[in-house]
Amino acid sequence: MSNCSCKDDRIQALDAVLEECGHDAGNLITILQNAQEIYGYLPSEIIYYVAAQTGVSPARVMGVATFYSQFRLEPVGKYLIMLCKGTACHVNGADTLEDVISNELGITNGQTTKDGLFSLKTVACLGCCSLSPVMMINDEVFGLLTSDKVISILNEFRNKAEGGKDA
Amino acid sequence: MKIVVGQGSCGIAAGAGKTYEAIRACMKESEAFELGSTGCNGMCFLEPIVDIYEGHRLLKRLVNVDAAQAERIVSAVRENRLEDLSDLAIRAEDEQFLTQQTRIALRNCGIIDPVDIRSYQERDGYKALEKVLKTMTPEEVIEEIKVSGLAGRGGAGFPTWFKWNAARQSPGEEKYLICNADEGDPGAFMDRAVIESDPHNLIEGMMIAAYAIGASEAIVYVRAEYPLAIIHLTEAIKQAREAGYIGTNILGTDFSCEFRYMAGAGAFVCGEETALIESLEGKRGMPRLKPPFPAAAGYKMKPSNINNVETFANVAWIILNGGDKFAAMGTENSKGTKVFALTGKIRRGGLVEIPMGQTLRHVIFDIGGGIRGGKKIKAVQLGGPSGGCVPEHLLDTVIDYKALGATGAIMGSGGMVVMDEDTCMVGMARFFLDFTSKESCGKCVHCRIGTRRMLEVLNRIVEGQGQEGDIELLEELCYSIKDGALCGLGQTAPNPVLTTIRYFRDEYEAHIQEKHCPAGECRDLLMYYIDPDLCKGCTACARKCPADAIEGQVKAPHRIDPEKCIKCGTCMSNCKFGAISVR
Ligand SMILES: Cc1cc2nc3c(=O)[nH]c(=O)nc-3n(C[C@H](O)[C@H](O)[C@H](O)COP(=O)(O)O)c2cc1C
Ligand code: SF4
Ligand code: SF4
Ligand code: FES
Ligand code: FES
Repeated sequence: MSNCSCKDDRIQALDAVLEECGHDAGNLITILQNAQEIYGYLPSEIIYYVAAQTGVSPARVMGVATFYSQFRLEPVGKYLIMLCKGTACHVNGADTLEDVISNELGITNGQTTKDGLFSLKTVACLGCCSLSPVMMINDEVFGLLTSDKVISILNEFRNKAEGGKDA
Repeated sequence: MKIVVGQGSCGIAAGAGKTYEAIRACMKESEAFELGSTGCNGMCFLEPIVDIYEGHRLLKRLVNVDAAQAERIVSAVRENRLEDLSDLAIRAEDEQFLTQQTRIALRNCGIIDPVDIRSYQERDGYKALEKVLKTMTPEEVIEEIKVSGLAGRGGAGFPTWFKWNAARQSPGEEKYLICNADEGDPGAFMDRAVIESDPHNLIEGMMIAAYAIGASEAIVYVRAEYPLAIIHLTEAIKQAREAGYIGTNILGTDFSCEFRYMAGAGAFVCGEETALIESLEGKRGMPRLKPPFPAAAGYKMKPSNINNVETFANVAWIILNGGDKFAAMGTENSKGTKVFALTGKIRRGGLVEIPMGQTLRHVIFDIGGGIRGGKKIKAVQLGGPSGGCVPEHLLDTVIDYKALGATGAIMGSGGMVVMDEDTCMVGMARFFLDFTSKESCGKCVHCRIGTRRMLEVLNRIVEGQGQEGDIELLEELCYSIKDGALCGLGQTAPNPVLTTIRYFRDEYEAHIQEKHCPAGECRDLLMYYIDPDLCKGCTACARKCPADAIEGQVKAPHRIDPEKCIKCGTCMSNCKFGAISVR
């Protein structure tokens, strides 16, 4: 099966990371960041695997994975919407945008749409406060948002996915 | 000539990447001018910014340049007809944003190419490190910093020389020098801008500090949400190592020091220095009990010193220009300059570096151009979730650790969020408690449970369910959290509530007693309403409503279903007849 070999690749990539980090639990955060990069999230078998490879308990690894907001224990949609709810964005209306997105996609913070297209996550600050309110979809930042603008951006991503132009 | 495009994160978000690519696409194989990039000069409100240089002289600054202007710019430069671009040139009024600043920490930002070490060296880069390693003892370095009066820019304002000296004096062979680049205050981006736009300045400052304390390794703990900063830092570390500023026997001396960074993973509490150390060690970021202080037992329980990015960004300048020159700026107890990230309802938002001792009013009005849209200023929030708000009538307070502290706010790390009459101060307090209650690491009961309780009370107030006695209850919770919390997160979490109660008690009372939000912001207390006499039935609102909450036939008065309405305000801004109002 095709996904077998792809799984292999991923484990190999993770092994390379573990090697580079000296299988040292002192580098647990860096290891998990790389694992998440490879898998898109932290599957439970990977938590166990990393624990075994670094010689600490799975509980310790899980403890780290749940402490930091960057780590995800569930897969995310194709497009991860990170909506900034930092101070500057709050002052400029981020709460309303959250409602607009939730309403448009039928999901709340932390959820993924049924079609697997969008996930919504609110974050503390994207560092582009002067363009607030701001959101980031995958690696692209969108600033000076309004309700109208958010909806048209979401539609663009929908079209992009339907057109299949996006890898 | 050289065309330089500012490409910090904000710039890129505003489209600078596309502008850069478009300019490059318009250039021919061989042109008499070059294209380059720089970080950001902090004029976020004008991004994307394109500068045209002749040598080191800035000939013209073009602002809000989108990709469509590329062709024009390229031909104007090619034909040496810059006057053709005057419609894109920065307005004199906006220039004041920069001309009123004094830049030390940000001295190279938006000027040099951040990932070209030569560009930094041309502006005296690494001369301070060389001077230190070849002509000064570690004690002399610490003395120079002492003379400068430099205090920690991460928030607490502790004298930098004192911490360096403590780490130097601390017994042990293996010592660490750590940079706190976690920049947790949501709404602040000074440190991001320094790392993105001038990473070598940070590296140089850190290497000087490493020499002063005798560290064998220097580590930057950088916020994960700053991908571009990490890319630039990685590149700069590589260049500095190749140039011999990092590694063994630096510049031929017997000083050796390694340098690396680690990306954080999203936890506000990791900005607290002992939590940061735990996180560096691969653990949950839970603060440690102090003492022992990091100077005695920090990273790996070895003597360590932690400073903020901006603190380090001043070091090379102080070494080259003299501590006394730095100390000549500022006030009795706050020396040098401070960088602020000016945001919120401000006209000209961006990075501001000014000598201590100027007033908040000067920063907000003279530099920032005042409030957007002709509204009135209400207050300014300093120090983020650990800080407090300063109301309009205290805007003549000078920027000074003591003077700001006296208002109940703090200097903080540099977040300066301006609020106008439409900002609800109870909502602001609720916003910060929502943040701190989520970010509490959970170690102390007072912080973990207390912030939750405060949030519950604030939630009910903004939802119109506030009760008599809620203000007093909040105050009581504030004082018990302050007393019972181990780290600065818990100890300062009540500040936004205490300052808003102190200055805006009437707003709390209006919510509780009259179920009314004076700023018209608390959505549970608002109702959007279409006046049937003014509504022409144009359907503009109904078409735009994201919640399908508006019904009505064409040319007949429309009606909003309050059950469906999510109170986004879109209808109101789309009605040409002013028929929609909020009550
Ligand atoms: C909850 C909390 C968050 C903090 N966040 C930061 C931060 O993001 N950046 C920072 O430099 N200091 C932060 N600090 C302050 C650090 O603990 C420490 O005082 C500082 O990094 C020391 O550097 P300085 O002396 O150069 O200011 C935070 C403190 C607390 C209690
Ligand atoms: S005060 Fe709060 S954040 Fe700080 S150690 Fe205690 S529980 Fe954790
Ligand atoms: S405020 Fe927003 S949700 Fe409510 S009726 Fe107007 S457009 Fe619709
Ligand atoms: S507060 Fe939203 S980008 Fe900083
Ligand atoms: S444009 Fe660079 S910080 Fe905003």
